[in-house]
Amino acid sequence: MNPEPNQAFTKVARDGEATVSRRRFLLKVSIAINALVAAAIATPVIGYLLGPIRKRGAYNSWIALGQVSDYHEGETVLATYRNPHTDAWDGDTGKVACYVRREKGNTFTVFAVNCAHLGCPVRWFPQSELFMCPCHGGVYYSNGERAAGPPERGLFTYDYHVVGGKLMINAGQMPTLANEAKLVKGILPCPGTSKPTIG
Amino acid sequence: MPWYKQAYDWVERRVQLEGFVKESAEHPVPSKTASWWYVFGSASFVLLLLQIVTGILLALVYVPSAGSAWSSLQVLNHQLPLGWFLRGMHGWGSNFMVAVVLIHMCQVFLFGAYKFPRELTWILGVFLLLMTLGMAFTGQVLRFDQDAYWGLGIGASIMSRVPFIGRQLVEFMLGGPIIAGATLSRFFTLHVFVIPATMLAFASLHVWLVLKLGINEWPTPGRLVKRETYIQEYNELTHKDGVPFFSGAIWKDAMFSAGIVLAVAVCALLLGPIGPTGVPDPTIVQTVPKPDFFFLWIYSALAFLPPSIETPVMLIAPVIGIIVMLVLPFVAGLGEKSWYRRPVAVLLVVVLAAGFATLTHLGTYVPWSPQMDGWSADPVPVHFVDQTKPLERQGAIVFQQKQCRNCHQMGGLGGRRGPSLDDVATRLTEDQLVRQVTQGGGNMPAYGKTLSPAQVTALVAFLETLHPSNQPVAIDASRHVAETNNPAPKEPVEAIRP
Repeated sequence: MNPEPNQAFTKVARDGEATVSRRRFLLKVSIAINALVAAAIATPVIGYLLGPIRKRGAYNSWIALGQVSDYHEGETVLATYRNPHTDAWDGDTGKVACYVRREKGNTFTVFAVNCAHLGCPVRWFPQSELFMCPCHGGVYYSNGERAAGPPERGLFTYDYHVVGGKLMINAGQMPTLANEAKLVKGILPCPGTSKPTIG
Repeated sequence: MPWYKQAYDWVERRVQLEGFVKESAEHPVPSKTASWWYVFGSASFVLLLLQIVTGILLALVYVPSAGSAWSSLQVLNHQLPLGWFLRGMHGWGSNFMVAVVLIHMCQVFLFGAYKFPRELTWILGVFLLLMTLGMAFTGQVLRFDQDAYWGLGIGASIMSRVPFIGRQLVEFMLGGPIIAGATLSRFFTLHVFVIPATMLAFASLHVWLVLKLGINEWPTPGRLVKRETYIQEYNELTHKDGVPFFSGAIWKDAMFSAGIVLAVAVCALLLGPIGPTGVPDPTIVQTVPKPDFFFLWIYSALAFLPPSIETPVMLIAPVIGIIVMLVLPFVAGLGEKSWYRRPVAVLLVVVLAAGFATLTHLGTYVPWSPQMDGWSADPVPVHFVDQTKPLERQGAIVFQQKQCRNCHQMGGLGGRRGPSLDDVATRLTEDQLVRQVTQGGGNMPAYGKTLSPAQVTALVAFLETLHPSNQPVAIDASRHVAETNNPAPKEPVEAIRP
């Protein structure tokens, strides 16, 4: 036998188990009733807790990013908008930034600022035409393709369309690997090699 | 009878706590454990209380709203008398608490205190450690500056990698689609209600177990823990060679705790409050987010994980680590307690400490990241352009303007992502430099599209000058032979590019 530190308690409990009475039965009933009441009240509250979880894309909507003519061909600029789902007390955090690149005419690429590695804000350097991430060293080319560092893929992009001379993007949620606006399959090869050597 | 004695008796006749308190205070502890090695647990508890008190005082002013949290910290820092000091106490108290809790854990581990019958004490301690780290992280979030904002972004990005339910976890964690007011409210709730309440309950139970099971005796090599005999041996030890906790041992605890609280206050006074950094405006992308000191090692680890195993390691390694800590007392709960006879335990502590220290140190200067202002902040040292030709000087301008400096050091300044270029000409020939610049490779982006042929020529001409005066530049010997036998026409570099 293992001499556990406190044997006295186990002894009392065993004595108690022997007595089966009406009182004991009522105690069990009262516990069951309490459990039922608690479950009945608590179950809907789980719905309250999980409230923020919505269907895929439910947070997204079309957002105007200004006139097409605001953007110059071949240039990448930071554009900002207020997230469609925002509270009055969000302050500046209700704002979202993205990079708009007008390729030619009505052809655009709209990148998320969030690095595809772990979401830090990438910075655009027009001189070297690279996006660089300050956190873990992810670097992307001007077309969003991965150039160096830990990211496994290129920058996230938003779907866009041009309506009546206005640039609209489909956004509303922080882009992550679980909900990226557009999935780029496969790993791009490192520059100068044929094999995808990353790291 | 004086009035205070009467009042005391009046209360005591009702609450009847005197006997219990006296018994607890005077319980015998092994005389050797009245040691300076046994003070870290009580200091952790004192720091927890200090955090609660300073936290309540800060909560009088702090506004847990995404739009106002940052401004309310500015009011605390700059407008309210001693607001900065209380923020300093809370921030440094947090740093000290993580440190003391970790030391306490190492001590308990090395002294074999987690062994029978104190398994549950250890398990509660593991949860207390996790909650201490949880408080440190949520506290950093409550600072709600740029570091907090992007730190949450990193957290959400890690969550998003969970298979199947990643997206749902992100939305649950953020309380909505983006990092905003709902996110701060969630972390406020965790930091102020959920975790502290659980911590107090766990810490109380932890202390209760120490009282009931007795403090771990000083480990003696050769004295093994056996289920059958341990408790009897311990009782004999405390009765033969014991001292009452009060006041045989408690004075050391009290002195150390006072010293720690004083150290927190000195740090708060001299080093001031921690942050906040810039406003949490996600449209300001000119930021270099960094976690607090005790999370730097995670930040570093995330930079070094190979992408192929990154996600599994991120998600599984913490779970394995926690499980290992939790099952430790069940797989190694008996036998030798002394560190003299537990080389694996000692080695483990040393290796882990060295590992964490190395990663933390790397996290302080992030050699894996481009230095975002390297190209605009660090000038090319004068001696590198002294006595150079116009073409080479033009190359230095290209070098600087195309952000090469963000990743390459020169004269000890600049990013460390790539190698320092002070003597690059001794390592790469002209052709190799052209290839490396235009095609990239080895984790360097290709610049072929963003540099004109003339710029490449100038840049390579500049890089060719970078070598110590006593070391020649690297040359392609075969080309030299080819040129002497059958001299090629003198062509500019871009002409020989494919």
